[in-house]
Amino acid sequence: MTKPAAIRITINGVAYERQVEPRLLLSDFLRIELGLTGTHVGCEHGVCGACTVLVNGDSARSCLFLAIQLDGAVVETVEGLGTAHAPHPVQKAFHECHALQCGFCTPGMLMTTIDLLRKSPLANDEQIREGLSGNLCRCTGYQNIVRAVRQAADEMRTRDDNEAAS
Amino acid sequence: MKPPPFDYFAADCVDAAVQALVDASGDGKIIAGGQSLLPMLNFRLLRPSVLVDINRIPDLSYVRDDGDEVRIGPLTRHHTLETSSLVAAQFPVLHEAMSYVAHLAIRNRGTIGGSLSHADPAAELPMMSLLLDARLELQSSSRRRTIEASDFFLGALTTALEDNEMLVEVRLPKLPERAGWAFEEVARRSGDFALACVAVILNSDGDRISNIRIGMTGIGETPMRATDAENLLAGQLYSDTTVAAAVEAIRAAVEPNTDLHASAEYRRHLVGVLAHRAIVKAWDRSKEAARD
Repeated sequence: MTKPAAIRITINGVAYERQVEPRLLLSDFLRIELGLTGTHVGCEHGVCGACTVLVNGDSARSCLFLAIQLDGAVVETVEGLGTAHAPHPVQKAFHECHALQCGFCTPGMLMTTIDLLRKSPLANDEQIREGLSGNLCRCTGYQNIVRAVRQAADEMRTRDDNEAAS
Repeated sequence: MKPPPFDYFAADCVDAAVQALVDASGDGKIIAGGQSLLPMLNFRLLRPSVLVDINRIPDLSYVRDDGDEVRIGPLTRHHTLETSSLVAAQFPVLHEAMSYVAHLAIRNRGTIGGSLSHADPAAELPMMSLLLDARLELQSSSRRRTIEASDFFLGALTTALEDNEMLVEVRLPKLPERAGWAFEEVARRSGDFALACVAVILNSDGDRISNIRIGMTGIGETPMRATDAENLLAGQLYSDTTVAAAVEAIRAAVEPNTDLHASAEYRRHLVGVLAHRAIVKAWDRSKEAARD
């Protein structure tokens, strides 16, 4: 029915139950219904990558998902990554490498990087560029973004090695 | 850019999904990964009365070895195909092609059934199904039928699927032993749709070419096999002259469009360049395989 249906969804560890209209996109659900405006909406047809989030652990375009499809799903957005005082290693690397200017594409870049480094922790520069190829940035020219992902990958691997050793 | 209103039905089995299509009287649409459908809905190029979601139907995602063929479930995600060891072992050309399909976030979600049913004229999977002589299983509320990939793609975004049918399995016959293969594509950016794309499978029988298949996409309303070039090469001695003749036959056979991304002339030139590279590479690989 075009009438709303109930979904239960876990976002950044918080459980929500909401009534959603079938045509409501996940991107609009996050931003309008829940006020999670960290997820940015660019093209709304799956080209720019700005709205990328993780759905059940895999990166996905939130503009190409209907909220009603996500009953029972676990979603991670940029709000769940880190804070200004305790940034995620990927956020820290973006900050240190000057991998953003206006910041519009950044949430999508960050979430894409998380999935990329989970699936390919040993990614080389070519694989990093391929992994980021679905995310458009109009400011940076990408060089510093690739550098940041490289730094984050190295740091996360060192951290994992240290944890394994201790 | 928001979808128009529609009803939503999450099917729990194939029978329920195809029944929902019948109930919608031709106005229903199946949603699998939604990576082509959602953009069309957001643009309001489509206004289905009901979306039939098949994502909650169990057992529609698999890649199975079944003797002479490999069976692939329609809900198998691109990323699953890309990382399948069975696909890599049996169809290295498909394994390679998968890395050209869009981007990771799209491959995480997009499905083989969706890509074939959508039938974008520049997409990789419809062309791969033609190249690999895929047999497609279609299910309606009253019957199940098998259709060859060569009979399935009728035009841009148009297939032989009837309003109340769903693609329920893709069957790929295994390739001859020691086949050589190649996949060559040029796109504006990594992950974009192909400006032109050529894939080749062949065997070397001494110095002769056998079992040759050439698939192309991005050069017309549907993906196609280069039948003229295949006939020119089949059983012939491999030489620069025969390959050059096949390349010219390919350029003569295609009818590419001019669009924002490339002119028809450029695409015609490009498809020949890619075909040349692909035939040479496939031949070299088949010779290597024959030595092993």
